[in-house]
Amino acid sequence: MSTPVLSIRGLEVGARSRHGMLRPLRGIDLDLPRATTTGLVGESGCGKSMTARALLNITPNPMRITAGSVRLDDGAAGSIDLARLDPDGAPMRAIRGRRLAMIFQEPMTAFSPVHTIGNQIAEMLLIHEKLNKRAARERSIEMLDLVGMPNARQRFDAFPFNLSGGMRQRAMIAMALACRPDVLVADEPTTALDVTIQAQILELLQRLQEELGMTVLLITHDLGVVARTTSRVAVMYLGQVVEETTTEALFDTPMHPYTQGLLGSVPRLGSRKGGKRERLPAMRGSVPPALSELPGCAFHPRCPKAVPGLCDVVKPAMAEVAEGHKARCLLYPEVLDASKALETAA
Amino acid sequence: MSPPMSTPLIEIKGLSKRFPIHSGLSRRVTGEVRAIDGIDLTIMRGETLGLVGESGCGKSTTGRAILRAIEPSAGEILFHGEDGTVDVAKLGRTDLKRIRRRMQMVFQDPYASLNPRMNVEEIIAEPLICLDHMSGKARRERVIELLDLVGLNASYLLRYPHTFSGGQRQRIGIARALALEPDFVVCDEAVSALDVSVQAQVLNLLTDIQERLGTTYLFISHDLGVIEHQCDRVAVMYLGKIVEFADTETLLRRPKMPYVEALLSAVPEADPHVKRERVAIRGEVADPANLPSGCPFHPRCPYAQNVCRTAAPTLRQVEGEAGPHLAACHFAEALTLRGVGA
Repeated sequence: MSTPVLSIRGLEVGARSRHGMLRPLRGIDLDLPRATTTGLVGESGCGKSMTARALLNITPNPMRITAGSVRLDDGAAGSIDLARLDPDGAPMRAIRGRRLAMIFQEPMTAFSPVHTIGNQIAEMLLIHEKLNKRAARERSIEMLDLVGMPNARQRFDAFPFNLSGGMRQRAMIAMALACRPDVLVADEPTTALDVTIQAQILELLQRLQEELGMTVLLITHDLGVVARTTSRVAVMYLGQVVEETTTEALFDTPMHPYTQGLLGSVPRLGSRKGGKRERLPAMRGSVPPALSELPGCAFHPRCPKAVPGLCDVVKPAMAEVAEGHKARCLLYPEVLDASKALETAA
Repeated sequence: MSPPMSTPLIEIKGLSKRFPIHSGLSRRVTGEVRAIDGIDLTIMRGETLGLVGESGCGKSTTGRAILRAIEPSAGEILFHGEDGTVDVAKLGRTDLKRIRRRMQMVFQDPYASLNPRMNVEEIIAEPLICLDHMSGKARRERVIELLDLVGLNASYLLRYPHTFSGGQRQRIGIARALALEPDFVVCDEAVSALDVSVQAQVLNLLTDIQERLGTTYLFISHDLGVIEHQCDRVAVMYLGKIVEFADTETLLRRPKMPYVEALLSAVPEADPHVKRERVAIRGEVADPANLPSGCPFHPRCPYAQNVCRTAAPTLRQVEGEAGPHLAACHFAEALTLRGVGA
């Protein structure tokens, strides 16, 4: 594998609160290989969206990046650590939108309601590419055309409320891609859409990723979307990546009990046999709040395979449990060794 | 497995709901949206009937109209209770209140459907006070019984909704709906806001309750995987009309209406080896205030012919070996459509 475009190491985000230290991200390690789509999955509250925001250095107040690095490959010049840049400074603003762009879940709230979508796309080009107004307008219309907006020239002057949900999401993609970014972070881009429109948008993202050779981080809670569009997947739980591998390996041989539980609890279309309704294998409990400080493995209170005296004591490290397949679960001897080595080192 | 479905509990005939469109300074009525456009539906005692469709197709409006949470514009809602049949659509206030004991609803958003100023006991006891006039110790015992039924601890009685997770709140909403042991519960996207693991817990809970109490559900959802898992029979809605109706397996394996084929093919499968070939449908759902002529699906349908542009198909029997299979398509018999699964 060539050098990843984006390399995240030990990324932590936190804030002090009345009730103690809030820690939504607790050491994320993740590489985004060039020109691939990587999925980031997990239940709500596990830190998926916070990861996306931390990558762009737009963590919501009072959350701050407290440790770790986000290295963006800068070719011959080496790499830039985005986590060290001032979120409001000129260097970060020059990268955000131009080299790293984001698509949000709800295009209605992500667009300004009082400006036309065309002007909002053109603004990116005026700021980052220093184009003149006429050229920016033409490029914006080209972008709208690229994302399959019918009558792109007329739609340039449309306001977000003039467009349907699917068309707004297309406009959002056009805006994100206006400056041809290296990395596109898509945070639940199809969650608010109907399945037929979702299928159209996912196909569009896939086509653009291939045509433009973009690197995409696709954040979703929908395992079907992951299976359909990504080549690699990272599963998150309580602010950490707990499993990471290729999409096929994850669905064929999930290693972490959390991943196994997630995959098991999805009612799959076309799986019903006969008239009898079977119970879904449901995981107990839900994701603990970001305030929680659990001893040992963060998943042990919900884990059906937890071993008392081990899982509630030792903090698991991430280790390779099969070729190209990393997991953070103490049931694997590789993980246990790595965790103990880490403990003695500390 | 649900009890034998032999007797109908609810029969809906020609149910419609039209919303007027006002425009201009004088707010004159300049048009109307047909949210539900004359639907017929029979819900059998003890079954889970699925109602599926994309946003804006009228599925929630249908659920609400059956309970008269919104007033239907036309149609009959026959409720076959133990003490005879009544038309819910024609009931006056007092009678409606009485029938509401038998029909309840679970809402989509567990954050918006519980009053933040009421504790769990007050929330669950409210139907007992309003409709059952239960009081004192008996009422508290009943609330504890209900909490137990939905898998919550009795120590939660005095806690407020904000201290619970989404899944726990949805359980409280279910306990409230079941407080009066209704015959019929409308679950309007009851699991859509939940994570998959919690969704599985709530679906199992609904199944357990049905097995114990024989509850009949109208299960409204946009998620076809959940519908397949949970429902005995399914009705698919498009622009205010039912376009296909059959038992779950028949509908998913052998759909007869091109919209249903397209809908099924659009669902991303949670298996990277399955590359389901998508039936490309063009564009988006038409404006319900300005319906297309003929078949409402024809502008998006890959199989559309001239007749589809001029004549609206009626919902008719297309196949009949395993109970009714109804579809609204001129070419239901001629087309071979792809379903999902074995």
